[in-house]
Amino acid sequence: MNDLLNQLGLVGDWLTSSKQWHGAEGIPQRLLEHLTYSGASLLFAALIGLTLGLLVGHTGRGAFAVASVANLARAIPTFGLVVLVVTLAGLSTTPVLVALVALAVPPILINTFEGVRGVDPATRDAARGVGMTEWEVLVRVEVPMALPLILLGLRVAAIQVVATATVAAYPGLGGLGRFIVDGLSRNDYELVIGGSTVVVVLALVVQILFTALRRVIVSPGLRVSASKS
Amino acid sequence: MIRFDAVSKNYPNGTTAVDDLSLELAEGGITVLVGPSGCGKTTTLRMINRMVEPTAGTVSLRGRDIREVNAPELRRGIGYVIQHAGLFPHRTILDNIATVPLLLGWSRKKARARAAELLELVGLPAEMAGRYPSQLSGGQQQRVGVARALGADPPVLLMDEPFSAVDPIVRAELQAEFIRLQKELHKTIVFVTHDIDEAIKLGDNIAVFRTGGRLAQFDTPERLLAQPADDFVAGFVGQDRGIRRLSFLKAAEVPLRDGAVLPATSPVASARAADEPWVLVVDAERRPLGWAAVAELPESGTLADAPLTPLGHTFSLVGDSARAALDSALLSPSRLAVGVDADGAVVGVADAHELSAGVAAAEVPEAAEDAAVDAAPEVAKDGDAESGVSKDEVAKGADAKTGDTAGSVGPGGGER
Repeated sequence: MNDLLNQLGLVGDWLTSSKQWHGAEGIPQRLLEHLTYSGASLLFAALIGLTLGLLVGHTGRGAFAVASVANLARAIPTFGLVVLVVTLAGLSTTPVLVALVALAVPPILINTFEGVRGVDPATRDAARGVGMTEWEVLVRVEVPMALPLILLGLRVAAIQVVATATVAAYPGLGGLGRFIVDGLSRNDYELVIGGSTVVVVLALVVQILFTALRRVIVSPGLRVSASKS
Repeated sequence: MIRFDAVSKNYPNGTTAVDDLSLELAEGGITVLVGPSGCGKTTTLRMINRMVEPTAGTVSLRGRDIREVNAPELRRGIGYVIQHAGLFPHRTILDNIATVPLLLGWSRKKARARAAELLELVGLPAEMAGRYPSQLSGGQQQRVGVARALGADPPVLLMDEPFSAVDPIVRAELQAEFIRLQKELHKTIVFVTHDIDEAIKLGDNIAVFRTGGRLAQFDTPERLLAQPADDFVAGFVGQDRGIRRLSFLKAAEVPLRDGAVLPATSPVASARAADEPWVLVVDAERRPLGWAAVAELPESGTLADAPLTPLGHTFSLVGDSARAALDSALLSPSRLAVGVDADGAVVGVADAHELSAGVAAAEVPEAAEDAAVDAAPEVAKDGDAESGVSKDEVAKGADAKTGDTAGSVGPGGGER
């Protein structure tokens, strides 16, 4: 118990010491690197996951393939993928991005697909019946109705990416993982725990952002029905 | 208006949904497509707005082959109402109703103003405009569904079992509302249902489909009940079609007698003199007070002192059908139906036998007329419609029971 309190004190000291907040080795710089990797991978992953998910969800074609690929991709160890891509492509940002994108696509893809496919067939039938084109059915009905699930997929992906972007430190690309990797190699647990704390806080912030976003962009009509069921 | 020319719909798995259908639906009326499940009625409906494409034949709307029009554009000009309303849960009621105007490119303001009008037209309060579909009852959602279909004021309305997912009370309400609305709007409506009662209640014309997608009969409700084309139609319209036919006969045409109707001021002796087991006691304005059983009358005094049995319900000679009159007779403690005029004053009473006699008398000329249109030579040979009917019934064989019910109306009328 004392030990734990002691550790917490040390981490507190580490987090508040001024040298952590300045320069290339400081938290702001590492955070920026971390956010750049995370943001870029999430963007690519969303592009792939949303496009495929909407397409397959709307047409119903390739549903089985999507589910299989997404599940398979989930089973790939991120760290292993980084090592593999570094071996193949050399030391650069690419392996980290590839690994993170591979991690983020499945939840986005599956949730988008499920969200669109889960739209009540009667509603879809009505949308076509009143004269919507396929594009209008997708944009005006299916996407708004699938939005709660689409946002869930994006949130899960974002949190995983933010937490996993620490692997960028292994090939020496910086990010918040730097603190953890350095701390581990130097047996400096203060540094490890301090770095981890920042990552955890970042994940929480992402969670809060998505909750707020959901509140703003999901139609109240869908929230009412969700609270009913 | 809407024309099917040798239209078939076959699916790759070998099922035939619609088989060689030729049908022309009149402008400005309600055509009901009715039949058991799997008879192709919904497929037929959905071929009108190209939700289903026929494998053979052509469907034309106002003389134009509907395949010439691009499907979404065609559908924007045809109202579409489905079973569970199919509202968009993420849109407010007002925006749901404004859907088609918005698709047509109206300004948001104009579309919403139109939607507000329609909300009122279908009998929903204005404060519902901002709610979401999940906050409405099934019946209210269905009204919104109808309002949405009317969005761009289309001349044609397709309705696929619109009232079958709500409870019977709400359904009756929606049906009444629908009839009122149609009187106002005069749309050409194609209405699918599996409920023959609903079909008879709403349809100007009824197309009965049989399993396998074949049209069994296309006729007015009256003729469908009076002269079903074959065993299938007779079976489908039901065992009690004789009773249902009464719906088309006005109560005003049934004969009533008033010997058993006595004011409360009359002496008990006059009730005994009426030679009826029951007398109907009325007030000074001839409004019914109740039944008095002659056997239980006091020795002397007036009918005001007699114990009265409640009335059951009366029927109105102004608005009701002969069916309501018969119902009133069967439910009455005296077995006598009480007919009242527009002011609620008693005109007279009749029992079930008298009613059926009157009904038969009122029907004979009409039946003869129908037969004359259908098969003039046969009428000449048969001489009167009565024997025509019984012959018809014999030919039906399997339908003998139904035939008896309907037939008894005829001969009964002759005897009395």
